[in-house]
Amino acid sequence: MGLLDYFRASRNKKGSATVARERLQILVAHDRAERDRPSYLPKLQEELIAVISKYVKIDRNKVSVSLERGERQDILELNIVLSDDTVPSR
Amino acid sequence: MARIIVVTSGKGGVGKTTTSAAFSMGLARRGYRTAVIDFDVGLRNLDLVMGCERRVVYDFVNVINGEANLNQALIRDKRSDNLYVLPASQTRDKEALTREGVGRVLEELAQNFDYVVCDSPAGIERGATMAMYFADDALVVTNPEVSSVRDSDRMLGILASKSRRAENNEEPIREFLLLTRYSPERVHRGEMLSVKDVQDILSLDLLGVIPESPAVLTASNSGVPVILDDQSDAGQAYQDMVGRYLGESLPHRFLDLPKKGLFSRLFGG
Repeated sequence: MGLLDYFRASRNKKGSATVARERLQILVAHDRAERDRPSYLPKLQEELIAVISKYVKIDRNKVSVSLERGERQDILELNIVLSDDTVPSR
Repeated sequence: MARIIVVTSGKGGVGKTTTSAAFSMGLARRGYRTAVIDFDVGLRNLDLVMGCERRVVYDFVNVINGEANLNQALIRDKRSDNLYVLPASQTRDKEALTREGVGRVLEELAQNFDYVVCDSPAGIERGATMAMYFADDALVVTNPEVSSVRDSDRMLGILASKSRRAENNEEPIREFLLLTRYSPERVHRGEMLSVKDVQDILSLDLLGVIPESPAVLTASNSGVPVILDDQSDAGQAYQDMVGRYLGESLPHRFLDLPKKGLFSRLFGG
């Protein structure tokens, strides 16, 4: 059992620095994207929510506005999830 | 005109004050007139690490408020004629650090010194942002540990956007990575982020790697900057780092496990 523990422990330890690195890579990329996004995005998001709310009921937490910067073009992406109880008035 | 260097990290306890003390002493020992300023208003500690805590009469805030002049507040180091310490105020709050006041003091220091080292407090409050606002160079002190690396990246964002150089569209602050409390053994065992991991994530020029070392505590216990401990690994690593900052190309030491001979393998050590 002692020997098994030894191997198990050493294998787990191998993992922790790798896990740390992978978590950080994702986190830092996310932080930087957040940091680099234009300052008008939050306001744009607020105004879009206000306009859309006039017509349909939406959950404001399910609206996302993001800007992706590519080499040849930037993409402004607007994503709105309509909830189940959103029945558009006819 | 002096070059202004901020020692920053975001996270606390990673070695900013130890680094400020060692780095400024290293520059002074090489003949450069150097001033080191404690920006941690309310939690002054640089004086302790430098061993001049009993000689503090006036402080940084006194100078900003015109209650003392710089010559009265600067404490000359007893070991190097080139090194002066400007202690933080222990009683005032951080709001005393106005941009105008800090700018005035730094400008006056810049007339008389080659290097001005700003020891930043942890966090991103006024003391920290003031310490970095006027900087020409930044030493980003980082431990090989997730929260420290993340905070360092956050500081890089602030350095790039909220500094005088950024606001005036001047050449950006030169940023350097200083990895501290590094344990080659734990890296080898896969328990700790390696130099390469941290460098890949932060993509910064590596100025130095300071190994985890008992010499650091011994040095701060006795109020002697660890760089003066020529025998210690940490002291030598800081000496190398100062050399690199001044443009020397020196290989990084203390990154690998010491090779063990048969004797030490058998008997430990």
